Amino acid sequence: MSAPAGNKDRIAFDRVSVEFQTAAGPLRVVDDVSYQIGDGEFVAVIGPSGCGKTTMMNIVAGFVEPSSGAVLLDGRPVAGPGPDRGVIFQEYGVFPWLTVKQNIAFGLKLRANRVPQGEREEICARYMRLMGLADFADAWPKTLSGGMRQRLAIARAYSVRPEFLLMDEPFGALDAQTRSAMQDLLLEVLQAEGKTVMLITHSVEEAVYLSNRIIVMTARPTRIREIIEVPFGYPREESLHEKPEFGELRSHVRELVMKEYAVQARQRTRMSD
Amino acid sequence: MRRAFFILVPWATIVVLWYAIHYSGLVNPALVPTPHSVALRFWELAGQRLPRDIWMSTQRVFLGVTLGILLAVPVAFVLGWYREVRGFIDPLLNFFRALPPIALIPLVIVYFGIGETAKVVILFYASFFSGVIVMYEGIAQISPIYVRVARTLGARDFEIFLKVIVPLTVPHMLTALRVALGVAWATLVASELIAAQQGLGSLIQNAASFFQLDIIYVGIICIGFIALAMDLGLRAVARQLVAWQERIA
Ligand SMILES: Nc1ncnc2c1ncn2[C@@H]1O[C@H](COP(=O)(O)OP(=O)(O)O)[C@@H](O)[C@H]1O
Ligand SMILES: [Mg+2]
Repeated sequence: MSAPAGNKDRIAFDRVSVEFQTAAGPLRVVDDVSYQIGDGEFVAVIGPSGCGKTTMMNIVAGFVEPSSGAVLLDGRPVAGPGPDRGVIFQEYGVFPWLTVKQNIAFGLKLRANRVPQGEREEICARYMRLMGLADFADAWPKTLSGGMRQRLAIARAYSVRPEFLLMDEPFGALDAQTRSAMQDLLLEVLQAEGKTVMLITHSVEEAVYLSNRIIVMTARPTRIREIIEVPFGYPREESLHEKPEFGELRSHVRELVMKEYAVQARQRTRMSD
Repeated sequence: MRRAFFILVPWATIVVLWYAIHYSGLVNPALVPTPHSVALRFWELAGQRLPRDIWMSTQRVFLGVTLGILLAVPVAFVLGWYREVRGFIDPLLNFFRALPPIALIPLVIVYFGIGETAKVVILFYASFFSGVIVMYEGIAQISPIYVRVARTLGARDFEIFLKVIVPLTVPHMLTALRVALGVAWATLVASELIAAQQGLGSLIQNAASFFQLDIIYVGIICIGFIALAMDLGLRAVARQLVAWQERIA
């Protein structure tokens, strides 16, 4: 987090295009996208819903292969999913058959990152404490609120010490209060152990508050509309929301995003003609 | 206390209705033995052949269902996991499931005689086809999100199978077991009606030839209660095994 932006490319989109084969023929979703994420950077990707954000994240995560171009991790093309990239999915994916603690321990019991039991206990305890889950160690996920499930998903992703954190609209389903608390918690945890972060969001406020660079995407097939540097340093506090510079940047980004939503709406009406 | 009361009410109602039918004069009382005469007959038989009949029937069901489910589990995994295989096998499974096992009894007798093997084969058949479908439909519905999460944490294929697919399949296994048990009891009695010296089906069949209606009732009630006890037992096990589920079986 403290590292200056762009000193070394960790994630690089190199002329990436994605086309899905659908019943109605090929659907171009991502169109010739190139950008880089440097070490310790926090990049927010924003754009109208359905434009192809999740698809881009899925390429980095290793679940989707680009039709052309490549995504490079430290210079090497992505080859399938792996524990170096922690992924927070839109729908959390907390394992319902495991307790809170067992969820966090899951990754640590796998061949790929097995650690001795003592260390495992320590790691679990540490993230349960950090994420405010310590009192729920033996609870079933079905008894947790949305915010707690989200924190559990983050704790589980962190437990295997990923270098990258990929988050797909992680706070989208939370109420405003919980959402704001989760954002601060995320910043806090990142402050403690830096990661290179790619955050997908449709909230302009969230993008400006959390990231040091915002990539605004166009409507589908998605291209880069604009890349915006966020000039605020870390750590950040709630009061940042009230600053005039924050407001200006937010308005600028919002305007861009709204334009893309308008483009998308026009596409839709044209298609239904 | 209240709970016990509410559990007893429906049963008591049935007994009362039963008496009412017997004494109403609407039917010939000789055709509907009273509950107490059936109870008396039960006591009498409990000291004679009944324990052996219950034991034989239960044992057959247990064997047939165990074997059927043992085979159904791996088959269901393959079908649930490999979408391509399912397309070919699904019609076949539905064909065999649609055949009432009872209709196969004559064939089974030709091929396996009238011994224990024949009965276990029929129950195996019934349990396998009813169980496998319940189970693989459950497995096919498992949300791919959990597999994805496991992969991002570093899980390999065998770890995903053991640590994600298997635990998510346990509830479906239990459902399959319950369905199979139900079908197996229904089939068992039919197979014992035709050819058996011992078992609740043969008890009923023998009683029928001598027009001993009270014994027929004893047999039927025993079957009902054994099936009920097994189902309650399974549900108790299920509550422990799948306590994590939102909805408890
Ligand atoms: N596997 C797929 N096959 C076909 N179409 C897909 C697939 N995945 C996504 N899409 C389509 O691609 C578009 C972009 O999806 P997505 O990346 O999820 O958008 P976003 O996350 O920006 O809302 C959508 O129109 C979606 O229907
Ligand atoms: Mg999405």
